[in-house]
Amino acid sequence: MNARVSGTFAGQGELFGFVKGDTRPHDPRYSGDGVRAGQGRDATSTPERLPGGLIDRSRSLEFAFDGRSYRGHPGDTLASALLANGVRLMGRSFKYHRPRGVLTAGSEEPNALVELRSGARQEPNSRATVVELFHGLEACSQNRWPSLAFDVMGINDLLSPFLTAGFYYKTFMWPAAFWETLYEPVIRRAAGLGSLSRAEDPDCYDKGFLHADLLVIGSGPAGLMAARTAGRAGARVILMDEDFVLGGRLNAETLSVGGQMGSAWAQSVVAELSALPNVRLMTRTTVFGVFDHGIYGAVERVADHLPAPEAGKPRQILWRVYARQAILAAGAVERPIAFRNNDRPGIMLAGAVRTYANRWGVAAGRRVALFVNNDDGLRTARDLDAAGVDVAAVIDARAEGDRLPGIRHIKGAVVTDAAGRLGLRGVTFRDGRGREDRIACDCLAVSSGWNPAVALTSHQSARPVWDESIAAFVPSPNGPKGLKVAGAAAGVMSTHGALATGAARANDVLEELGLPTQKPELPEAEDAPVRLSPLWHVSGAGRAWVDLQNDVTVKDVRLAHQENFRSVEHLKRYTTLGMATDQGKTSNMLGLAVMAELTGKSIPETGTTMFRPPYTPVAMGALAGRSRGEDFKPRRLTPSHRWAAEQGAIFVEAGLWMRAQWFPRPGETTWRQSVDREVLGTRKGVGICDVTTLGKIDIQGTDAGVFLDRVYANTFSTLPVGKVRYGIMLREDGIVIDDGTTARLGEHEYIMTTTTANAVPVFRHLEFCRQCLWPDLDIQLISTTEAWAQFSVAGPNARRLLQRIVDQDISDAAFPYMACANVTVCGGLRGRLFRISFSGELAYEVAVPARYGDALVREMMAQGQDLGVMPYGTEALGVLRVEKGHIAGNELNGQTTALNLGLGKMVSKKKDAIGMVLSQREELARADGLRLVGIRPVDPKAVLEAGSHLIAAGRDPVAANDDGWLTSVVHSPHLGHQIALAYLRNGASRLGERLRAVNLLAKTEVEVEIVSPHFVDPEGERLRV
Amino acid sequence: MLIPHPILGLRDAQEFTYLGDAALIDRPDGLANPEAFHDYLYLRDNPAGIHRELWFHEQGDRSWIVVTRNTVTHEILGAVLAQDVARARGRSR
Repeated sequence: MNARVSGTFAGQGELFGFVKGDTRPHDPRYSGDGVRAGQGRDATSTPERLPGGLIDRSRSLEFAFDGRSYRGHPGDTLASALLANGVRLMGRSFKYHRPRGVLTAGSEEPNALVELRSGARQEPNSRATVVELFHGLEACSQNRWPSLAFDVMGINDLLSPFLTAGFYYKTFMWPAAFWETLYEPVIRRAAGLGSLSRAEDPDCYDKGFLHADLLVIGSGPAGLMAARTAGRAGARVILMDEDFVLGGRLNAETLSVGGQMGSAWAQSVVAELSALPNVRLMTRTTVFGVFDHGIYGAVERVADHLPAPEAGKPRQILWRVYARQAILAAGAVERPIAFRNNDRPGIMLAGAVRTYANRWGVAAGRRVALFVNNDDGLRTARDLDAAGVDVAAVIDARAEGDRLPGIRHIKGAVVTDAAGRLGLRGVTFRDGRGREDRIACDCLAVSSGWNPAVALTSHQSARPVWDESIAAFVPSPNGPKGLKVAGAAAGVMSTHGALATGAARANDVLEELGLPTQKPELPEAEDAPVRLSPLWHVSGAGRAWVDLQNDVTVKDVRLAHQENFRSVEHLKRYTTLGMATDQGKTSNMLGLAVMAELTGKSIPETGTTMFRPPYTPVAMGALAGRSRGEDFKPRRLTPSHRWAAEQGAIFVEAGLWMRAQWFPRPGETTWRQSVDREVLGTRKGVGICDVTTLGKIDIQGTDAGVFLDRVYANTFSTLPVGKVRYGIMLREDGIVIDDGTTARLGEHEYIMTTTTANAVPVFRHLEFCRQCLWPDLDIQLISTTEAWAQFSVAGPNARRLLQRIVDQDISDAAFPYMACANVTVCGGLRGRLFRISFSGELAYEVAVPARYGDALVREMMAQGQDLGVMPYGTEALGVLRVEKGHIAGNELNGQTTALNLGLGKMVSKKKDAIGMVLSQREELARADGLRLVGIRPVDPKAVLEAGSHLIAAGRDPVAANDDGWLTSVVHSPHLGHQIALAYLRNGASRLGERLRAVNLLAKTEVEVEIVSPHFVDPEGERLRV
Repeated sequence: MLIPHPILGLRDAQEFTYLGDAALIDRPDGLANPEAFHDYLYLRDNPAGIHRELWFHEQGDRSWIVVTRNTVTHEILGAVLAQDVARARGRSR
């Protein structure tokens, strides 16, 4: 037990930086008798604790705020427990570092943002009003240094004349070099919210999917009634509420429903719903967004109310709810009135003050004054008075109407100022005759009426409409399809109205679902009309706060108006009104009203800002779910992956695939040593590379040849059975999409190979051609990429090795260059053999069912020991293909034609093929256009940079003189120097020419010679041995 | 979003990839002049309202479908197999 010597107000007093040594507020003008001091303290018996409420007084929970320990009860929030301990100062404001206390009792809270927990679980910007108290909870205030009571950056408050709306835009204009280096870091440090732990989140988050006939959002009288009506009719109902206790405002009021306390009635309905198998009740679950076609996003805080999640349980679950119908019963949010210094700690919304008293048994102050313009605010005065709290006065802006009996009810008056920097000490008011007077109080409960919680109804761009009778926006009738609104969210403010509309909307839903409607069984409840006289702000000198979270004042709105930022969207962006974590739930309406006053327009004419998801902040962890770290995306492993890992292979990501990049051997210290060895070893003996990742598409049917003729630029219907042909595939605009080989295994059976990167897009494209262009061709397609493990076996010893593997005769005579066949391997296992080469060597690709891939590579490695066999990775693959002048992804960059590649003759002009017509366009068919060439540095020691541009000698390296660029650069161990492939203007006729390869980013320039792209075996003799 | 697959019923839009205007079905004859292909490939309507568009059920049964969607409200008015549309528009082999 942490015994403290001072009482509530005194407890705050010790925080008063400017009242040194004095534990009491001692302004002689305020001599309120509500201020008591000098009592010992226990949360179970603090003067702030009132009787009643939905807390478990038999148990006590210890928690810490700013390093100091306190006690509360199960059922408390952090905010209610702090108030119960007399702590009213909970944070500092965003810009001016003004001391702030709690304003609300719900998720709309703008002020009481804290850092929760410590270490890796530290979480900034947690709203104390919705943080459920648990034993051992640690919280810290934010945006203050060195302490909450004395904050150095409070200097900003004195500098406020310079920090008005738009000051960022006006002050930090130049020099531009300072934007990121100086201004932004300084501003970020001075203005801001909480800080991140920068440690990895130790908890896990899940995603879940739910289906329902009816989703009910909110569990107040309207939501409970809707769920009960639909649940009794047998509909599959899900009821979600962000709170940890169902009942909504019934738990915050002393109203009776059906002859019992509202909260008791709510619990009885909850009990009935819990027993229905077709109803699912979800607490601590916020529906944050409405998406297309009845899809709702929700976050369930499974373990936020625990010190740490239970073992194996997620901390939060992101739910995607597919609901045939939904009823929004999210209630309403109270709004404040702006007046001078209306941000003092202790100034709260009247409904919140009532909630703290009724639900948590906490008096928000010892002596409470009220400032209202409507009847609902008067409920707070009555409830507090009944609970024994000293109600100093009700300052009622309305001159007419009855006075509250037994309470000082000042009619026709407004509050003009508030005193007490670190905690309210009193307010000044002006009555109808213009006389000013002061009242001592430590809490001011303010009510300017309630705004229906319309946010979700406008997530699909419907704008809410103005309802003069309650001076608030209500949902548009053109809201999301399938979403109905009931209760206060629909602008129906009485309890009876909520119950009635909840039942009525549920019956509407039942009718649409084709289920029997229910005769509503409406319990008796109050049906008071809304009596309200709009009042948004009290004019006068000094600063009156509109947006507490972003420190936007009435003056700022005025300045925006003056500077012509008058549309609501401009107002928001110029002043930052309504931004940040609370998204202006308590401030947007007020800002709009002030702007309307300035423009002389009505509020609906002035407009309303758009509401977008999420309704309240959603943690990144919940959105990511399990897609973190290694699980961020799926990983595809090749059939030889395990074997390659045993060899110590270095892997590289190729799309989702993990491919062996090279295989280091003992003694090799750089990747180049390994790659050079693999290249030379392949060209000298035999190398093996897993090429399973290349796309494989099985094409069968009597029209397979016709189909291939149309999707490839060259012809395949004439390809003999048992042969392979290289093909290039164009887009309709004449640009090359992909290249690869296609083998004809039978009269009506072809196997197409795609590049690794384009396996999916090419398959999609072929399906488009098959279904949308030529639906009656007799063909079937299937992707077999993962069905077959395929290895390239390349090098002069390739045949000798494979003859030990393949059961059939594969001599050059029996199986010549570009042959293919179904074979058996290792004594009967079915396989496929293709005599094709990417490396330029005598080479084959051998395929077996994927599950035998591991065994096959091990067998080939064992059989090839005497032949100098070695595995090679993607780096060596790249070197081999560049040495041979074969193109790959670097050359197929979505800008190149067959002509650019030097393959123009492959485009048949005699047949209908995708891309043929447009590939003949003048600019694409230029004789002097880009052509693929080889590049050799004049100085063999020179280092080339891929991406370098080719510039003629004596020309400036500018775009106008650009002759082309280097696409792929490798070190050729075969030649002993670097080589490159390049696109060069008119390249085919420039062999032997010398140019400069200029790279302005790397600041390099190398003299190069244009050569044939075929660096190795240009005649192709090795392929045919 | 939910897409009413003509064979499989309501499916989540995440299972599909989007291509664009269903007019891509109306490909000119493969030996037509470049102007016809230019119009086919580059001139598309971009209506605010009812739009017929091609979606591919890539994470599903590989059907290409034509979805009729209101681009303003995202309301989906129907979906049919693209090959049926193609045949109805005279495409065959």
